[in-house]
Amino acid sequence: MRIRVQEADFDVGSELAALRRGNPQIGALASFVGLVRDTNDGAGVCEMTLEHYPGMTEQALAEIVAEARRRWAIIDALVIHRVGRLMPSDQIVLVAVAGAHRGEAFAACEFIMDYLKTRAPFWKREVTPAGARWVDARDADDQAAERWREPGAD
Amino acid sequence: MLKIFYFAGLRERLGQGSEELELPAGVGDVAALRDLLAARGGAWESLATLQNLRYAVNQQMARPDSPLRAGDEVAFFPPVTGG
Repeated sequence: MRIRVQEADFDVGSELAALRRGNPQIGALASFVGLVRDTNDGAGVCEMTLEHYPGMTEQALAEIVAEARRRWAIIDALVIHRVGRLMPSDQIVLVAVAGAHRGEAFAACEFIMDYLKTRAPFWKREVTPAGARWVDARDADDQAAERWREPGAD
Repeated sequence: MLKIFYFAGLRERLGQGSEELELPAGVGDVAALRDLLAARGGAWESLATLQNLRYAVNQQMARPDSPLRAGDEVAFFPPVTGG
């Protein structure tokens, strides 16, 4: 399991190469990269700052990945999430999942991302021409996470 | 002693990111602590009025009825918006 919270940018190619290096059982590598958009809620975004809860963040991400490993037969997973000041088009997050086949890899990657959006303690503050504002949580993100709820879970 | 953290818009509104507080008598859960802090008045009232306020105890997501003990780390924050 590989979890990193960092200010520095990351190189997707070298991260994916490292994730699959030396493991010929891996037949599928699914990845998602989240980027800073230059518009949100009808306003231009000039820059963004990501705040987090050090300690809890890493723990929450590790628990989400552990849950993905419990649900799907995946071989390995990687989550990198940036914090600090970011500009439009900058990379924010990378989720990558290695598995034997694509079905598990795709599903686990989407699951990790949906749970990260609603359970990992990160907060976005964006600067628009009208001033700075904290980004509101979206109902659509809650609904996306809700899809993965298992019957009988609390 | 409790260690209390505030994050994001709530941290800005309160003008502080953390504090330490002796666990007051009669405060047994997160909701009781929230009400005690809100009673400070002014910006602190937002702890009682904010919709969707979230809680963590010892770095795990918690609920208003989650119990508190001396030595716990408690956090108050708005819904998360990472990713």
